[in-house]
Amino acid sequence: MSELTQQDALFTYTLRLADNALILGHRLSEWCGHGPFLEEDIGVINTALDLLGRCRMLYSYAGEVEGKGRDEDDLAYHRDEREFTNYLLMEQPKGDFAYTTIRQFYADVWNLHFYTELCNSKDETLAAIAKKVVKECRYHFRHNAEWVKRLGDGTEESIQRMNEAIAEASRFVNEMFEMDNVDQMMVDAGIGVDLNEVKAKWIASVDEVFAEATLQRPEPEYDRSGGRLGLHTEQLGFLLAEMQYVQRCHPGLQW
Amino acid sequence: MVDQYLPLWEVFVRSKRGMDHKHCGSVHAADAEQALQYARDVYTRRSEGNSIWVVEAKHIVASQPDDQEAFFEPADDKVYRHATFYDVPADVKHM
Repeated sequence: MSELTQQDALFTYTLRLADNALILGHRLSEWCGHGPFLEEDIGVINTALDLLGRCRMLYSYAGEVEGKGRDEDDLAYHRDEREFTNYLLMEQPKGDFAYTTIRQFYADVWNLHFYTELCNSKDETLAAIAKKVVKECRYHFRHNAEWVKRLGDGTEESIQRMNEAIAEASRFVNEMFEMDNVDQMMVDAGIGVDLNEVKAKWIASVDEVFAEATLQRPEPEYDRSGGRLGLHTEQLGFLLAEMQYVQRCHPGLQW
Repeated sequence: MVDQYLPLWEVFVRSKRGMDHKHCGSVHAADAEQALQYARDVYTRRSEGNSIWVVEAKHIVASQPDDQEAFFEPADDKVYRHATFYDVPADVKHM
């Protein structure tokens, strides 16, 4: 990686953001028609569509930066598991509604603080995307913070399920704040965001909501990592198989 | 699935060009904040408006079908309550 150019770094940096949005959005879309009740079903799918719209902007820009003629569909549908760079948390199965709520809340808080900072990026396109995205991030945060409080300070069953979800998700948290040479190069260039700062804000926001929800944020016993290197859990392959199936059978198909 | 319904809330949305909030439907929600969010998610996702009111349905006092005769029919034969009933004198310029 000693020959990493700024162009390579910007491509990888943008691709990672796009992968996180696509994979999380796809997991969320699995609730379509299965939401706990009609109104939340629509609410969840609105968020999934926001994430899909976000990944399209980011994939298009990544393709442009890469300069090899790949468009958003090539990047979303014609890469294999080892080429996907999303965090492991995003690809985990949707689980029950408590797990979806906690995973989404963790991602919402990360997105809110990350994209707020990315608005100041010296890369004009990323800054413009961030300014559009941060508005929806504020709504996602508000919506899921309410659910965290409702279920965390809810019935015996909801409290138990929330605690199980938190325990299940905690080992994937620290991966979201790892900084590698791509991050460092982007931060040094004034393009990227310092994830150490995002982490401090993430912890403060999560703890504030958890205090109201009477929930505890555990320190993970161990951390899972590797998503950005393409080393995924077994879950991602199944997700991609389903998501990419039509484009793999009929390359270039449009509707 | 829920086996009991959450309270019903009536939703009023003001469109971008409108002056008034118009009734557009209802949502089920546990409290006011959730009702506002669901009203946003269900009724403004195609840019229908820029302001939302929600009110819990039980707080709306409505006239009943039985009130029809006593409430509304007496007004039907009182055409003089419309400005169009009166002839405007020729000398009056700005009406």
